[in-house]
Amino acid sequence: MENGQEIARAAAEVAARQSYGKLVAWLAARTRDVAGAEDALADAFAAALERWPRTGVPKKPEAWLLAVARRRRVDAVRRRLTSEAGREHLKLIAEEAEAHMTDEDLPDERLRLMFVCAHPAIESSVRSPLILQTVLGFDAATIASAFLVSPATMGQRLVRAKSRIRETGIPFRVPERAELGERLDAVLEAIYAAFAEGWSDPAGTETRRRNLATEGIWLGRLVVSLMPDEPETLGLLSLMLFAEARRAARRDAAGDYVPLAEQDYTLWDRALVDEAEALLGRAATMGVIGRYQLEAAVQSAHAARRLTGRTDWVAIRELYDALLSIAGSPVVAINRAVAIAEAEGAVAGLAALYVLGDDNRLDDYQPYWAACAGLLARLGQVPQATEAYDRAIGLERDPAVRRFLQGKRAVLRN
Amino acid sequence: MRYMLLIYVNEAAMAAAPTDKTYEISAAYGAYTEALKKSGAWLAGDRLKPTQAATSVRMANGKTNVLDGPYADTKEQLAGFYMIEAEDADAAIAWAARCPAASAGTVELRPIWEQTM
Repeated sequence: MENGQEIARAAAEVAARQSYGKLVAWLAARTRDVAGAEDALADAFAAALERWPRTGVPKKPEAWLLAVARRRRVDAVRRRLTSEAGREHLKLIAEEAEAHMTDEDLPDERLRLMFVCAHPAIESSVRSPLILQTVLGFDAATIASAFLVSPATMGQRLVRAKSRIRETGIPFRVPERAELGERLDAVLEAIYAAFAEGWSDPAGTETRRRNLATEGIWLGRLVVSLMPDEPETLGLLSLMLFAEARRAARRDAAGDYVPLAEQDYTLWDRALVDEAEALLGRAATMGVIGRYQLEAAVQSAHAARRLTGRTDWVAIRELYDALLSIAGSPVVAINRAVAIAEAEGAVAGLAALYVLGDDNRLDDYQPYWAACAGLLARLGQVPQATEAYDRAIGLERDPAVRRFLQGKRAVLRN
Repeated sequence: MRYMLLIYVNEAAMAAAPTDKTYEISAAYGAYTEALKKSGAWLAGDRLKPTQAATSVRMANGKTNVLDGPYADTKEQLAGFYMIEAEDADAAIAWAARCPAASAGTVELRPIWEQTM
């Protein structure tokens, strides 16, 4: 019973998001006024989220949303500061949409909207929040929590970004071939950022965060369906599915953190792994390698442990070498060092880590200290390992990982 | 900018925690304090004695009123503080999220009202 309700609610939410995002995109593409489009639909979307789980999803969800939006227009509640823009959009809906919309589906402009949200003129840190809000209808407070920003600040950033879209006249179009690669990267990065924020709550104790991982995958699927021939979109979806497949294995029965190499692979979701492998295989046939395909390939190498019983660290190291050369970042460099340590020994791994030591960004970067600590411990350098563990513990915000590191640190003294 | 991190936790639950848990928590605070210091963010910070040691003082109509106990009776009690230097609110929130209290209670983040003279 409970479960049936859950399923109905989830189905209704997905349908509401589909329709909402489509309508926002459709309206905004015609006016460049994202805020106005959202404003016109806000109440209708809220009504759908409240109603559809009980009544079922209507046959023409977009038409339903529009009808409600128009009805609500006359409500006194709607006379807010922004309702002027909202009214303009509703007029547009009434005039243009009625003719086509009753029989046909709304043209899907969400891809264009995503390219707008991830446009170079939009500050990179707000791109992912902007996509979550405009395409999926997340409110600023939810997004703010996920990205560790105060709700008021996030609200301001989103408002500013939307007025920038209008004022700088960012075009609602999919970029031409020549610039597509770079622009698509920005879109994929924004989607991956949403997924990664959700991924950081492995136990799923915070529903908001876990949902963000699901929404990231949902956006990944959307982009794949709209651009099925771009290998990197396939690569990103593959990467996210590999990661998601391991969710259940990331914590043990007591809720404690389990590192990837020690995970019980029978807990990995085999259907998701298979889908991820298939996507990666399809991407590989297109003959253009990229960051997300490489990262997915690393995941694939880890997943191969379920077949071979061992992890091929040499292959993983080579993949990280390739990643470092096309998309170097501290994260990649640290993972590469860990792979080197596994393939060639802790001394080599530590050397690869210490090369990074000059980078100030690493001072507050937990994975760096955790990796150092692990390798120092392996070499029996107890005082240095203890110090590095302390640093990692102090920088960690997930209590389960903190406990895991504390456990490792405690073992050092014995 | 300077920020105050006010740590609120459930005192009774903390007092009732088993010894190894208490040890784990104080070790986590130790590591957190070290991390703050090493990255140059730490300005001050201390743990406060429980609210049963608190005294509230108030003057009304020329008469001083001294009461046992904290100013406000709340579900979680002020248990300690850090004062940190952070570039902006985002950086301060990142530090607050790492504080062990964030997963056991609440960390209230307040910018210091700087005197601009």
